[in-house]
Order: sequence, then structure tokens, then C-alpha cells
Amino acid sequence: MTAIAPGTTPSSSPRSSAARARLLRSLLPALSLALVLLAIAWLNPRAISYFGFSLMLNLAIPIALATIAQMFVIAGNELDLSIGTFVGFVGCVTATWLKDAPLLGVVVLLGSIGVYALLGALIHLRNLPSIVVTLGMSFVWQGLAILVLPKPGGKAPDWLLGLMAFKPPFIPFPIIAALVIAAVVHFGLMRTSYGVILRGSGGNPAALRRAGWSLLRTKIVLFALTGLFGVLSGMALIGITTSADANIGNGYTLLAIAGVILGGGEFVGGRVSPIGAVLGALTLALAASPLLTFMHIPPDWQVAANGAILIIVLAARVLISRRER
Amino acid sequence: MPEANTDIIRLNGAEKHFGAVRALNGVDFHVVSGECVGLVGHNGAGKSTLMHMVAGTLRPDGGEIAVRGNAEIDYSVARALKLGIRCVFQELSLCPNLSIAENTRISHPALTGLGWRRKAANLIAAKLDEIFPDHGISADDIAGDLSIGRRQMVEVARAFTVTGDPLDLVILDEPTSSLDAHTAGQLLAFVRRFVAGGGSCILISHVLGEVLQNADRIVVMRDGKVVATDAAKAFDRDRLVATMGGAEAREKIAAEIAAARPAAGPLRVRARPERQQDGKELVAHAGEIIGLAGLAGHGQTDLLLAIFKAAQRARTGIEVTAPVALVAGDRQSDGIFPQWSIAENIGIRSLARLRKGLLISPRREAELAEFWKQKIGIRTPDMTNNIFSLSGGNQQKALFARALGSDAEIVLMDDPMRGVDIGTKLEVYDLVREEAAKGRTFLWYTTETEELDNCDHIHVFKNGRIVANLTRDELTEEKIIQSSFGDAA
Repeated sequence: MTAIAPGTTPSSSPRSSAARARLLRSLLPALSLALVLLAIAWLNPRAISYFGFSLMLNLAIPIALATIAQMFVIAGNELDLSIGTFVGFVGCVTATWLKDAPLLGVVVLLGSIGVYALLGALIHLRNLPSIVVTLGMSFVWQGLAILVLPKPGGKAPDWLLGLMAFKPPFIPFPIIAALVIAAVVHFGLMRTSYGVILRGSGGNPAALRRAGWSLLRTKIVLFALTGLFGVLSGMALIGITTSADANIGNGYTLLAIAGVILGGGEFVGGRVSPIGAVLGALTLALAASPLLTFMHIPPDWQVAANGAILIIVLAARVLISRRER
Repeated sequence: MPEANTDIIRLNGAEKHFGAVRALNGVDFHVVSGECVGLVGHNGAGKSTLMHMVAGTLRPDGGEIAVRGNAEIDYSVARALKLGIRCVFQELSLCPNLSIAENTRISHPALTGLGWRRKAANLIAAKLDEIFPDHGISADDIAGDLSIGRRQMVEVARAFTVTGDPLDLVILDEPTSSLDAHTAGQLLAFVRRFVAGGGSCILISHVLGEVLQNADRIVVMRDGKVVATDAAKAFDRDRLVATMGGAEAREKIAAEIAAARPAAGPLRVRARPERQQDGKELVAHAGEIIGLAGLAGHGQTDLLLAIFKAAQRARTGIEVTAPVALVAGDRQSDGIFPQWSIAENIGIRSLARLRKGLLISPRREAELAEFWKQKIGIRTPDMTNNIFSLSGGNQQKALFARALGSDAEIVLMDDPMRGVDIGTKLEVYDLVREEAAKGRTFLWYTTETEELDNCDHIHVFKNGRIVANLTRDELTEEKIIQSSFGDAA
């Protein structure tokens, strides 16, 4: 027999390296946000102030809420291509009925969450691809939005305007809101016992069914949560812009998906991170226009530059997850 | 014979059809409290279907189910769990994205409210400590980060944790297929303790020795029927194999190998594990079958993967002189393309030869698939069916066909036969020896000592190093265990 030199057992080393890669990946959203902030601070130091953040992160709240909405469907291995037009529809309802006939407005918004829940049930029961169903629904929401508000206009309810214009001392409101959203969703999805079931339904649905859980229920809950956060996103958006337009949320679909992935989520496997998603949304909100404006990139090129930033960050993510394997 | 009222579960005349296939054909089956029932049979004999019925995941098309003498009309998983019947399924059923504690929560609806995480973590940690002392698993580990063996340990331990619901009967479907001999022993010892304490167990295993030594009663299935039921003492290995039908005895293998000993051909592989500090290395010539033994996860797979990579790009310390193919061990995650047909799954390693112009020729692909279907007996009506229409053993055959149908002269096997029935195994062993005689080289990592009988040389691994190099004549189970646990004795 040969003498055995002391050392770690070989089976533990791949595990700890996987854990290291996972830690790196969970830090990536924070790192990319820090990088964008540094770039902004370097280009325009005056932006790093109470007023600067309030202005730059103005639209971060609705983007963060829409990203969280998208994250719930992604947690269940689905994708929602209608979240953008849904946010637009909610915006139109908020700027019209919710102000003029609050009861009707509330009923319509709750009803739309119910529609989301039904979509979840339909997708599960008929085994339909969610991409197809939600792509179809995106046109339905868009059409409804135009019916509700044919021309840009309307006005946000005063209480909503007041809420979104809230100016807390020392810390800008969008940052506080982002912290609250991240904390609440993190607790709900990552720490509660039913949150485990929701994430498990994305990780290994067959195992969940065998343990006696209803996949129909998990899917309905996930889609209803998407609807709920979509409604919150649309309301927050109108609270900031004060009036609505049927196309106001169209860009949010891809922004929300990118935010989830940027935040460390994966399209399949139930691997999502609420804190990462909010950080991803903040990064996108900052990179979207403040950073590019400070870089003196003309508005015509900003969309393309935005895409380039996305590709760079997502590529970094892919490289890290590849090391994990 | 036990009284009916001590039955945990009893199935009378259970039937199940999948399309035209009769998976179960009027099966009577029961388990009484305090006994361990061994269930054996070839893949496709209906064992899994029967167990799915006991666990409530499949509804019988005909027949009755009674639990503790009460007929169950609306039997389901939830009902089975309430009645204290649980199952550890052969396919790993942990959620890879969740921690061990969170996975425990999934099988315990009662784990809710404040502090559920701590409760779940304590529950699973205590059970792991009880069954597998020094398991080295933390309740915070993410399931996907664990090796397949450790995942299986968690899954078994989880099935024995108790919160709200009672625990009377645990079905263990191939519980040791990914465990090394040491942990498998720990598990089986625990099963004996559990049964001695009044619990019941159904043990399904292709390792017949395990069943013979640990079951009180053995039920043999063949073609969707129970063909024999008797006390375990009344069976021996040969009678079991004969009852299961088909498979020849093991001595024949040994004789055949001895007869067909090829002369060593040119050098194919020369490899040193990365952590190797002395001069030991793995050398394989054409026509040789080299075994990699030792406890699971001690560097055998790493070396195989290193050799596989070295075939594409030169690496220091590893010399490879011919094309390489790998037969993966974790076939669900590393072997199979789930959306593809059987033919496509076989052809992927040979695309260059299947090409016609820029495209893959469907005709050549079908020919290749058909050839291997005949050659190793993949049991399917149509090779264009999805790969998942095959039973586990036949899926593994398809992966062998992928490797053997390619131009690879060196075939790396990463414990590919786990969870495969003995009939399929014997067919594959024959095939491996036949191909070796034609000059192919096989590097075969296996956790089953019996399989090493097929090898010319056996390298025993420990902590990522080769600690012993045995020829087949020197091979005994004791020697391998001695080397794998060897301290500087």
C-alpha cells in the first residue's frame, strides 16, 4: 500500500469550486451596477447626489417591478412576452378609470390579475408553450389599451402622484423603493416555505408532483404574481409620467427579461434571484440613458449602445456560468 | 403466511396498459409490516410500473389496492404519503436549484411557519448522520452541486425523515446504483435496522447479492407478471437468475475472457492523474480493457475526462493516439439529447460519416441506427421514436451504440451500467469484449466489482491518485477495498 498524503478529498473540491462560481455569479449584478455607477461618477461627478439619483433612477421603479414580474414566470420555466403591453394597458386604465371611477378601475386591474392566473392554468392544463400564449396576449393587451385610451393623455390619480413624488430625507425615493421591493420579494420567494415550492416547480416539476404538490397551483400562483407586479409596474410608471399612452410600456418586455438574466436568473431550472433582478433593473435603467448621455452618445445611437452594454454584461455572465460546469 | 390485517399494502389483479403494451398483467402483490421485500426482474419486467402504483403516481387500469385492509378507491401520491407510504425513485428527484434543506421541505408539507429552515436542516442532517456517518454533506449545499452519489444519499435520507405523516413503507428503487460499496453497505445496514424496528421496505436492485442478503422475501417479475414469490432463504443466485429468465451464469464470462486474451497491440493511452506523485500511470494498448476501480468520486471520472480532452488538444502528462468516445455515467444530464429520436442520439458522434454534402443524410443515419438496433438489441418498434420511449437499460444501449458506432478506437466508460438490468449488462459485456478483440481499447470506470472481471488490468483510485495496479488474476474484492481504504498499512 502506498502512503497517503494528507489533503482534501477530491470529491469536495469540485463542489467548492461550483460554490465559488455561484458566489461570483451572484455578485455579478452588484459588480455591473457598481461599474456603471463608477463610469457615471467619472464622467459626471455631480450626478452622484441626492438630486442626481432621483433624476437618473426616475424610471427604475417601474422597470424593477416589471423585472420582478418577469422573474416569477421565469422561475416556473416560462416566459412572458406580454409584460410590456400589459404594463401599457395598466397604465391606460390607471390614467383613466382609476382616476375617474376608482371602483371600476380597481375591478379591472384585479380582473387583469385574474386573467394572468387563468393564463397560467391554461398553459399548464393544455401544455401550451407560454411564449406563444403570451405573444398572443401581448396584442390583446395592446388592443385593449388603445380601446381604453385611443390618444395619449389621461391623468394619474392624485394619491399616486403624491406617492411617486415622495421625497424622503437623505436617500432618494427610487433607492428606498428598490430596497423594499427586493427585500419583500426575496423574503417571499427565497425564504418562505411556499416560495421553495414555487422555485422547485421550475427546478424539477416531476419531483414536485411526486411529492404530492399541485403544479397547476404553482403555475397559477406564479402567473398571478406576474400579473400583480405588472399592475404595480404600470401604476408606478403612470405615477411618474402623470399621463399615459397605449405604447408606453412596449419596451419593458425585453428590458424585464434582460433584467432577470442580468440579475443572475436562468431561463430554465428555477434559478432566479429577486435581489439580482432588482439590481439588474437598476443597472439597465442607469445604462439606458443617463450613462450614454454623459458619454455624449447621440440619442440616435443610444438604443444600439444599450444593446452593446447588454451583450457585454450577459457575455460575462455566460463565461462565469461556463466555469461552473 | 401473514394475516391480512398486518398488510401494509395489498394489490389484487393490478393491470396497466401503455397503448398496446401491457406493462402489468394482473399482478398480486403485498407487503406486511416489519418485512423487507426484494423485487427483481429485468428492465421492462414491470417493477417500476408496479412501484409507481404502490406509491400512487400511477393509477391501475384494473384491479384493487388496499392499505391496511381498507380498500382505496381514490389512491394518489398525497393519499399514499398520508398513509405512510413513500418511494425513492430511480430517477433522481431532487430539485437541483434548491438546497438540501429546501429539498427536504418539499417532501414535508408540515414544515412551514417561522423557523422551518432550521427545522428542515436539522431533520435532514440528523437522518444523514444516522444512515451515512461522515457523509460530508451540509444542509445548505445546493443539490445540483453535489455528485450523483451524494444526491442519492440525500434522497434516501430524505425518504426516511418523519414530520407530520407516519412512515411505514419505503420503496427503494435501485438505491445503491450510484453509491460505492462502502456507502451502499451503510444504507443496507440502515434498512435492516429500519425493518427490525417494525418498518417495511421494498428493495429493488439489479445487484442480486444485495437482495439476497437483505430481503426477507423475494418477488420475481417477468413480462408484467409475478413469476415467483418465496422467502429469500429459498433463493440463491442461480435460481434467481434462472427465474428472472435468460441471463447466463457468470462463470461463462470468466471462461470466455480467459480464452479470448488478445496480444497487446500498439500503445493507445498513457495518462498520469494530475495529483499523482509517484511514478504510477495508466497505460492502455489496443485491444485492452482497463478497469478503474475504487470508491466513487476518487478521481476516476476526472481522469477519463482529462483523457477525453487530451484527444482534442494535447495536455501534459497524457498521451492519446487514437480518436476517443465517452459513454457518460449520468445519462440523463450528460448522455442523452432529450428532444431527439433514438437514431439521432446514436448518430451524433458520427456526423462526419453521415454527411452528404452539407447536410446529414437521413438514410445513412437510419442505416446506422438500424445496424445497432439489431447488433445490441435496442427494444423499440421504431428508431425514430423519442429516446425517452426506451426503458433505462435500452437508453444506455443507445449510448453505447453512439460510442461503438463511431470511429473511436478508444472508448471511455464512466460507470455507464448503473441501474441497468443484468440481462442488458451481460449483452453489453459481450459486446465490449468482442470489440476489444477487434482492437478497440476500453477504459472502464465502474463501482461494481463484478464488472471488473471483464478487465485485463485494474487501477484502484484513491484521492485522485492510482494507488494499486492489479491484473485480473490478482483481482479480488478484498484487494480493491483494501486499496481504496488503504492507509499506510
